[in-house]
Amino acid sequence: MSLFRVMRGKPLGALGGLLILGLLATALLAPVLAPYDPIKVRSSDRLQAPSLSHLLGTDDFGRDILSRVIYGARISMLLGLGAVAIIGILSGYYGGRIDMVLQRCIDTLMAFPGLVVLLTIMAMLGQGLGNVILALGIGGTAANARIIRSAVLAIRENQYIEVARATGCQDWQIIVRHILPNIAAPIMVVVTLGLGVAILAESALSFLGFGVPPPTPSWGAMLSGSGRTYMIQAPWMAIFPGIAISLAVFGFNMLGDALRDLLDPKLRGGPQGRA
Amino acid sequence: MSRYVLRRLVLLVPTLALVTLLVFSIIRLLPGDIVTLMMSEQGYASDKAKLEQMLGLDQPFHRQYVAYVGKVLQGDLGVSFWTKEPVLDEILRRLPVSLELAVLAMCFGLLIALPTGIFSAVRQDTWLDYLFRTGAIGGLSVPGFWMATVVIVAASIWWQWVPPMRYTPFARDPVKNLAQLVLPAIILGLALSASVMRMTRSMVLEVLREDYVRTAWAKGLPESLVIARHVLKNAMIPVVTVMGLQLSALLGGTVIMESIFVIPGMGKFLLDAITWRDYPVIQGINLFLATGVIALNLLIDVIYGFLDPRIRFG
Repeated sequence: MSLFRVMRGKPLGALGGLLILGLLATALLAPVLAPYDPIKVRSSDRLQAPSLSHLLGTDDFGRDILSRVIYGARISMLLGLGAVAIIGILSGYYGGRIDMVLQRCIDTLMAFPGLVVLLTIMAMLGQGLGNVILALGIGGTAANARIIRSAVLAIRENQYIEVARATGCQDWQIIVRHILPNIAAPIMVVVTLGLGVAILAESALSFLGFGVPPPTPSWGAMLSGSGRTYMIQAPWMAIFPGIAISLAVFGFNMLGDALRDLLDPKLRGGPQGRA
Repeated sequence: MSRYVLRRLVLLVPTLALVTLLVFSIIRLLPGDIVTLMMSEQGYASDKAKLEQMLGLDQPFHRQYVAYVGKVLQGDLGVSFWTKEPVLDEILRRLPVSLELAVLAMCFGLLIALPTGIFSAVRQDTWLDYLFRTGAIGGLSVPGFWMATVVIVAASIWWQWVPPMRYTPFARDPVKNLAQLVLPAIILGLALSASVMRMTRSMVLEVLREDYVRTAWAKGLPESLVIARHVLKNAMIPVVTVMGLQLSALLGGTVIMESIFVIPGMGKFLLDAITWRDYPVIQGINLFLATGVIALNLLIDVIYGFLDPRIRFG
């Protein structure tokens, strides 16, 4: 299937992909794109409405919102990718080992609402970007470990694995050559959707006062701290980072959904038998 | 069936034991312990040893834990370190508030999710399908607290309406109570509807491809009958799972809505307890939440049996 046909068949997924590409480019090129220093305080420029010199206005410290939103893309990608990497490592380990104790621990973790787990981990670790990543990673592991584990279990029973074993393949060869490519689909879906969840969860943590500490330009912190305080006086302070979060999460979800549809042959094509 | 439920109930014991142990040890690992916090506040004891003894924190960890579990088994969750109120009473007073909010949100969510999900699947890849899906994912993408803030600010500017600062219980004035909860419930429900809608859509899509549905079309049944009788019944099973999982996420989401709309529910209570390191309250709420989620999962599994006679309980 050519890329063009995929994009025509899945316009929403293509839109999501474009949004994510834009986000990635923004994150990578932040120093080039941002017109101002995102952290430097300029008290003469406090709370300015959007104008030509500050396209998205300034905040209560006179910092340019556009520059902060651009640098925020970096923080969000870092957060999301870091959390997903931790989820991957922990799930991979858990998925590979069938351990009663670990399983019970996951059961226990799943018995708590996600946000409560995150709050508790953050209260334990204290504020900080690294700690938020760690908390999101640990918090997100419970549900995802299940998905990856069940995918591995399903693949393991296949005949070609048996054949590979019979022809004398080593365990690692089977894992790398046969199992990993076959669970790539659920992994890709977990990664794209997980990134969206992580960005959203960081904003919820920020709102509750357990997020990335200032002056780091994280989107969640921008719209929950002084952004909320100045909501009536300077609505642009919270509205633009809010839009940035929504667009990023929207993009990841669209892309994840389209990937799931594309990778699941059962969902290809229209319903049969209808007149 | 009853044997299966019984076995699941027995399995509840080790999980809950692990839950209490986990919560009990984690909150004692939190930096900034209650004793230091109390000593920094005016009006509390200044003698550290005396305070620890008063709160029962001078005992070794395992003694504290055994004593706690012993009390829990007798239905006593202890008293709050700060207010000295029995934790169970406080929870029981706040639980109905959070449950009402969660159930209302669930109703709104389903009201949006089921029709749009079914419609999107039946008319797959039409512009309405795209519209509904975009809307659903949009609802999922917007942070709830941000939407709540924007709605409150917009309402106060355009209609001079602000959410009431005092909570009215349902029993006292149902209309006033619902008027207060409806907005947070809609905002919570919106995020919830997104995942239920997507699950409904993909399940209906899958069932639409089954042989028996083709047979139903071939028999010449009208579309409404095919969908209602053959598709929906079979597509609903995973949807029920997602709803169950969402309800537990919802209980977490109420933390945020309750603090924005000043609703005295469990979420707000937990947040305050974490901030103030009120160990018995944190333990009590977590035990309650965990029991609730586990019971919910059991309920879902039982509902499965009714929805799908092929599922046997072994």
